[in-house]
Amino acid sequence: MTDRAYQTTNDAAVTPWPRLGLRPLAIVAMALSMLGAFVLSLSLGSVRIPPDQVLTILLGGEAERASWTTIIYDFRLPKAMTATLAGAALSVSGLQMQTLFRNPLADPFVLGVSSGASLGVALVVLGVGAANTALLSVVGLLSNFTLAAAASLGAAAVLMLVLILAHRVQHSVTLLILGLMIGYLTSAVVSLLLYFSIAERIQAYIAWSFGSFGGVTWAQLRVLAPAIGIGLLLAIALTKSLNALLLGEAYARSMGVDIRRARFGIVASGALLAGAVTAFCGPIAFLGLAVPHLCRALLRSADHRLLIPACIFIGATTALLADLVAQAPTMSVVFPLNAITSLLGAPTVIWIILRRGVQRGTFGV
Amino acid sequence: MTNVVLSAENLSIGYPARRRQCRVIAKDLQLHLRRGEVVCLLGPNGAGKSTLLRTLTGMQPPLAGRIWLDGQDLSAFNARELARRMSVVLTERVEVGPLTAYALVALGRHPYTDWTGRLRPHDEAIVRWALEAVHAAHLARRMVYELSDGERQRIMVARALAQEPLVMVLDEPTAFLDLPRRVEIMQLLRRLAREARQAIILSTHDLELALNMADVLWLLTADGTFYCGAPEDLVLKGVLETIFADTGMVFDRMRGQFRMHQTMRRRANLTGDGLAKIWTARALERAGWQVVELPPAEAHVTIIGDNHQPSWELSVNGAPKQQFTSLYAVVHWLQQQCQEEEQHERHARATDCA
Repeated sequence: MTDRAYQTTNDAAVTPWPRLGLRPLAIVAMALSMLGAFVLSLSLGSVRIPPDQVLTILLGGEAERASWTTIIYDFRLPKAMTATLAGAALSVSGLQMQTLFRNPLADPFVLGVSSGASLGVALVVLGVGAANTALLSVVGLLSNFTLAAAASLGAAAVLMLVLILAHRVQHSVTLLILGLMIGYLTSAVVSLLLYFSIAERIQAYIAWSFGSFGGVTWAQLRVLAPAIGIGLLLAIALTKSLNALLLGEAYARSMGVDIRRARFGIVASGALLAGAVTAFCGPIAFLGLAVPHLCRALLRSADHRLLIPACIFIGATTALLADLVAQAPTMSVVFPLNAITSLLGAPTVIWIILRRGVQRGTFGV
Repeated sequence: MTNVVLSAENLSIGYPARRRQCRVIAKDLQLHLRRGEVVCLLGPNGAGKSTLLRTLTGMQPPLAGRIWLDGQDLSAFNARELARRMSVVLTERVEVGPLTAYALVALGRHPYTDWTGRLRPHDEAIVRWALEAVHAAHLARRMVYELSDGERQRIMVARALAQEPLVMVLDEPTAFLDLPRRVEIMQLLRRLAREARQAIILSTHDLELALNMADVLWLLTADGTFYCGAPEDLVLKGVLETIFADTGMVFDRMRGQFRMHQTMRRRANLTGDGLAKIWTARALERAGWQVVELPPAEAHVTIIGDNHQPSWELSVNGAPKQQFTSLYAVVHWLQQQCQEEEQHERHARATDCA
């Protein structure tokens, strides 16, 4: 339509037009909070290492005590990096699922990926072990690559299934229901395995299901980090489609979004992010549900160009802090990570939902 | 004729069903839409209005025939190229979360922006133009969930406009609005068609509004028959009367209105003139009295006084005259008289039997 003159009147001078900026200040503040939490998580623990010493060690300098360098490099750095990656991955994945399904209760696990992972772990810990009890000790299994491999296989199997379905079904809601059903099926199999298993193995399985950032080694990080990197890049590439999907699939299609391709991409990256994290850290509850809500409330925006970086930074911060709380630096116990994320996450979601206006703003009612 | 932006040849719409059979909703449709035209698509629920709109917007393939948009076959467009020529407003109420009206309208630039979705100055200018075109510039900073239904619908029209479409398709855009808001949206669309030469197709149940504002009516009936033409042409041909014959609605060709169908058992002779006469006649018809100019009639109604302060003189079956100052009282009294009469009759019949 070349013959139309897009002249606007001078009203704009009276009420200035809003700008859809990327809010760099807010995003940088979030990034700084993540860095702060990262240093804090390296500094606190059973042995307290001053933050300036942490920085010295990270920059390759000599610490006051040689043992500190070992603690940082062998234990705390891989754990902190895992927490950062996992927090970012789960939050972005949760955001994608909430937008794709237009459902505020969707989280990274709605597609059944974590159910697949838990089935894989259950089969290894509870099932295969039963045949040759003498060969594998339960404690050995836990620290072993086998567990991560089993979880990865389980997650990957469900991921493939979901991807095939994502390409074939008409409506995304169908995917949601299929994901739920996969969840029920796997939990049924897991409870059967639990029923016929022995106490030590059940305990090992439950320990895995509590979730932990601690068990990930440098070697495992070499798998986890690229997987999450690919997932996040894919998510960033799909930002524009996610924005169009805010209006629903019919509108998105009318705006030129190739729905099948966009859905395939979103499901692939969301499931990859959730699957990778679950495989190495266990099913981490609530982060993926709560962080997107928190970001929307903080930024008062549903624009994914803002929400994706925000979810990466806030998600990582939250995961680092939750891990810190679970370590309980002043006490000699370690709490289950899932208990902490739920204890922090549930009140956050309740608080966000109960705030007037945002309730309607965060999808309907 | 030039300026045809959308047309369809021998179009059949419907759904493919099982075993290679199809559920055909309508067939052999010939459609044309020109720039600056407003087409209203009318028809009872289930006649296939939405199916026709989905087919014309490429969301569903036709069973047969071809659709031409901007001189090319509709099925040849990819999603992005189609989105640059056609935009939609759907019936469903969208819930988008915390998004300002401005950001929502800016989503309409989707088929024009790069992969990051960044708005160039040209895009911003069009978003602002679209907001002003629907008189919603003052809503730009408001959150979409704070808007009333009417405001929200205007924003959705602005979003569709920002897509710079050749054809804008609206599926029952006034479905959940009250009457003033419906008129407002219809006027807005009429103005866009006239001033911006926008071609618009909208489906609606609002027959009288459609008759007043459409350039062309597309009428789909429940049995798949399709009528098309200017509203006035369709009225003169008697098409509207035919279509709504069995629905309990009567189309009054003289007045261009629909009325509820009622059996008129009694006649009232009405004398008077001007506005008061027209509205008195309506009140009497609503009460089930046929208005006649000349006797014989069961009731005689005379309007006395002028049109500003009328009063009414009534007599039924030659009984003494009564005066009333409102039509409500007139109707009430007439109905009372009828009921008394019926009771008498029933009583008389009962004694006869005894």
